[in-house]
Parts: sequence; C-alpha cells; structure tokens
Amino acid sequence: MVPAADFRSYYGRPVVKPPVWKRDIPAYLFTGGLAAGSALLAAGAQFTGRPALRRTGRVSALGALAASTYFLINDLGRPERFHHMLRVAKPTSPMSTGTWILAGFGATAGPAALAEVAPLLPERGPLGLLRRALPPLGATAGIGAAALAPALATYTAVLLSDTATPSWRAAYPHLPVVFAGSALASGAGAGLIGTPVAQAGPARRMAVCGAALELYGAHQVESQGLLGEPYRQGRAGRLLRAGRALTAAGLAGAVLGRHSRVASALSGASLLAASVLTRFGIFEGGVASAKDPKYTVVPQRERLARRQAAADGS
Amino acid sequence: MTDDLLDGLSDPARAAGWADAPPRVGFFTDTSVCIGCKACEVACKEWNAVPDDGFDLLGTSYDNTGGLSANSWRHVAFVEQPALPPVDPVSAPVDALAAAAEATPDFRWLMMSDVCKHCTHAGCLDVCPTGALFRTEFSTVVVQEDICNGCGYCIPACPYGVIDQRAGDGRAWKCTMCYDRLGDGLSPACATACPTESIQFGELSRLREKAERRVATLREQGVSRAHLYGADPDDGVGGDGAFFLLLDDPEVYGLPPDPVVGTRDLPAMWKRAGLAALAMAAAAVVSFAGGRR
Ligand code: SF4
Ligand code: SF4
Repeated sequence: MVPAADFRSYYGRPVVKPPVWKRDIPAYLFTGGLAAGSALLAAGAQFTGRPALRRTGRVSALGALAASTYFLINDLGRPERFHHMLRVAKPTSPMSTGTWILAGFGATAGPAALAEVAPLLPERGPLGLLRRALPPLGATAGIGAAALAPALATYTAVLLSDTATPSWRAAYPHLPVVFAGSALASGAGAGLIGTPVAQAGPARRMAVCGAALELYGAHQVESQGLLGEPYRQGRAGRLLRAGRALTAAGLAGAVLGRHSRVASALSGASLLAASVLTRFGIFEGGVASAKDPKYTVVPQRERLARRQAAADGS
Repeated sequence: MTDDLLDGLSDPARAAGWADAPPRVGFFTDTSVCIGCKACEVACKEWNAVPDDGFDLLGTSYDNTGGLSANSWRHVAFVEQPALPPVDPVSAPVDALAAAAEATPDFRWLMMSDVCKHCTHAGCLDVCPTGALFRTEFSTVVVQEDICNGCGYCIPACPYGVIDQRAGDGRAWKCTMCYDRLGDGLSPACATACPTESIQFGELSRLREKAERRVATLREQGVSRAHLYGADPDDGVGGDGAFFLLLDDPEVYGLPPDPVVGTRDLPAMWKRAGLAALAMAAAAVVSFAGGRR
C-alpha cells in the first residue's frame, strides 16, 4: 500500500511540464521495437537457412522502419527541419544517440530488405548481375541491422527516463527490460503471421522469451510504490492491463497453436497488439505522473528527509 | 563529457568552449521585497516581443498567468496564507519562534517572480538533439530559434517545468536572460523594470554573497523560514544561474524541493539499457539454437 501522500503545492499545478509529444511517439516506441525484433529474427533465419522467416523479418523491419521515420518527423513542431538532428552527435542526448542508431539501422535494414527482390529479377543481363550480387549484400546488411537492433530497441527507454517526468525517471532500471521484451515479442509476432509453421519455430521461442521479459519488466515498473501508481491507475492502467492480457493470450497461442498456421497468426497478432498497448500504457503513465505535483514533490521531499537523517546521524 | 557535467562546474561558459568568457551572470530574486506588481512580466513581454497568452481568470489569487510557458518567461506567483504555518519547533531557535508569533498577524501574502533558472547542469540543454539550446558566453542557456526543430525533448527534461512549446509555432521558447541586452552591456528587461529590486541582476558570485547577507539579516529580524533556493553549487543541478530567496518551502511557490538533472543518472540508465540489450541478443540466439523447428 502507498501511504496517503501529504504534500504542499502551488494551487495543485504541475511542477514539471508533461511531454508535448503526440501519439506519434508511443507509436514510434512500438514500430522501432518491431523493426529491431524483426531484424534479429531475419538475421537468425539467414544463418539457419529459413528463407521464408528471413523474408518476413526483413520486410517487416523495413516497413516498421519507414513507419518509425514517419512518426518521428510528423511529431516535430517543425517537421521540415528534421535534418537538424544530423547537425550534431551529442552523447548527453539520448535522442541524438538514437537518431544515429536509427540512421545506421536504416542504412543496413534497407538494403537487407531490398535484397529480397533478387529472386524476382531476370537471370540474364545487367539485372541478372544484380540478382547474383544482392543476396550477399543483403546478408552483410542483415548482420549489421541485427547488430544495431538491441540498441534500437532499448535506447528509447533511456530517452524516456532521462527526463524530469517522475514515473519515467524512477523506472529507468526496468523500462529497458519492458522495451527489449516488447520488441522481441512484436518481431516474433510479425514472424508468426508471415511464416509457414515449418519455419516459425524460432519465432515461437522468441515470442516466449520476449513475452516473459515484457511481463516481468512491466510488473517491476508497476510495483515501484508511489511512482508505480500512475501505471496502475486510469488510462495507463487500463492499457497496461489489456496489454498484459494480450501478451498472455499471444504467448499461449504461440505455444499451443504451433501446428496451426491460423492459430499462430492469431497469436502473432495478439503479441503485436499487446506491444502497442504496453507502449501507450508506459507513455501515458509518465504523462500522468508529470501532471500531478504529488509525484514530483513527495519523492523529492522523502529524498531530502533521508539526506537530512543521514546528515544528522553522522 | 558526462564526467565534466558531474563535477560542479564553477564556470559553465568556459567549459562550453568560450575561451575568454566574461564572469558568469545571473538573477537573484529576493521574494521578501516583491510587491507583485508584475512589471517584470510586462517588461519581458515588451522587450522580447513575446506573444500574449490569452486573457484568463484563473481564480488563483492575483495570478492569472499560471506558470512559466513558451509565452510567459517571467511569472509572478501569489500565495495567500491565512496564517503563518507553524515554524518547525525542532530547527527554529526559540526566540525566532517568539518573534514569528509576534510579527505575523492572521494573514500573509507570498509573491515571487519565477524565471528560467539557467542551470549549471541544464537538463534542457543536455538533451537537445539539434544543438539549438546552447550555453552563452555569459553562462546562460538560450534556444537558437533558427535551429530548433520542435522535437520537444527539452520540455519534459527541465526539472523546473520552464521551457515549453509555442502553439502554432512548434518551437521551444524560454527566457534568454535578454541575451541581446547582455551583449550590449545592459541589464535584462525584468531586472531593469523591477521597482523594489526584488529582481537583481549581476555577477553570480557577487549575487550569492549578497543573498547570504540578506538571509542573515532577515533571520535576525525573526523571519526564520527565509532561505536561499538554487544558490548551492552542490545541489542536483549544480546550482542555478537564477536563484531565489524564499519565505516558505519551494513547492509552495510551485518549485521542486530537490531537483536533479537527468544527466546525473544517464550513465546508470545506459548501463541498464545495455544489460537489457544483451538479454535481447541472448534471447535471439537461444531462439535459434533451440532446435530445428
Ligand atoms: S530551468 Fe529548465 S529551461 Fe531553464 S536552464 Fe534549467 S533545465 Fe533549462
Ligand atoms: S524542441 Fe528545440 S530546443 Fe528543445 S530539445 Fe528539441 S530542438 Fe532542442
């Protein structure tokens, strides 16, 4: 139980500003994770000779990447200036770091997906040359994309935590776990939808790992006492609970429905929807914590009191 | 870079690469003499051509501005207190208690002109991905309006809720400490307009000394709760370039009691993200190593 918070404020007004980000940002959290999960799936498929799984992974990575780029640019107050992000590389800004991770990912996931058109090209002539050149290029690019994927999936957790938004800041040890798990589960979900059951085994196992991380991380985030409260209440709470239910359903479907293409695809869709809901829930929880001065004042007062007690004790 | 940020910089301008920077300047806002005339709000709007915020009646005493925003770079807070909240009997000296009881009738009015703190470790500046926010030669923090692309990251990153996005414009705006006036050797508009010298502008080190003396005087006079806010270089933001003398807890004025810049925790955050990234890569390997199907 969280004790009733006793605190003072200026007419109940927020102390910190809630983020002005629109829905594009939680949507990007999802698509960025999907791109990362898909790229890992594609790379694994490439190494273990599962062409259908590889194709699904590469194509969904590229699609999610394109959606990500759209969301990120659309959210800007001045979209025509998006390239100002590329003026600098700033280690103190997770958004700057992320921009470069995303750029690198685009430069690798793009060619990897492009290589999938090779079988459609004629065998002879200049295009025939391309037909033979593309697969090795795609393989190299696919490895590059997979190498960047874990960073792509987790930097967004740092981006949210490196703010004064109380429930994001406090959740910094756990948010990356949620986001890594959500990325794996959504990538696996896309794999389950787009791949025949014969090649979907790894996607199934990845779904299990991802769902487990996502559920565990979200539980940790929600259990942080007063600062976990915004994740348990209101819209954020409903979104996260619905996400959890769909993750569980997707997990069950992935395991039990392994002989059925339809059941696999349904569980994949469930995992994708769960990832969307979880991202929006985490986002909304932070926004709610910024709007109520309680979440800024009470933990800071407690910190001051602890410091005072330590100073008095020594 | 993060290490540099963590060691309590005494000279942010030099650390930002200004070789022969002038001494750091700042504001000392002494709320004990503020009369709530809002001359600072008006002067700021006029000088900086800040658009109006619309006409609102907020029902919060004489405050119809509400708070700092993209279109309000000074904000005068008004707090009506029915009686002086009980002085902490443990920390306050007995004679101060008696004096407070005597000096305070059944009502007091707190007024405070809030502004961007121009933090030593500024969260807004640290997270800005375009370099639009920068440290000036005066050690202040300013947005370059021709660079800002409205990504919005600075807004939740500010521990004081200062910087904000301007509707219809898309970019982030806040107090510049009148960068243009400083360049011409003038004081900022608000400090110039303030009729009671509640807002004092000057060299930060001198202002800090002056403020210490003012607190001592007030305490001698029995105002036991008078204290400085944002003057300590060892606080969570490395001290503020704009600091305050307050007569009650910071949160009463809408200020965070113990602000900490996010950058302080950034190495720890990346460490946790790195662990999660490793777990993610391991999960992918396990998924494919686990069998043929
Ligand atoms: S108070 Fe906020 S906006 Fe002003 S310098 Fe500090 S972090 Fe930036
Ligand atoms: S909104 Fe503008 S000033 Fe703020 S972080 Fe983004 S680019 Fe920088």
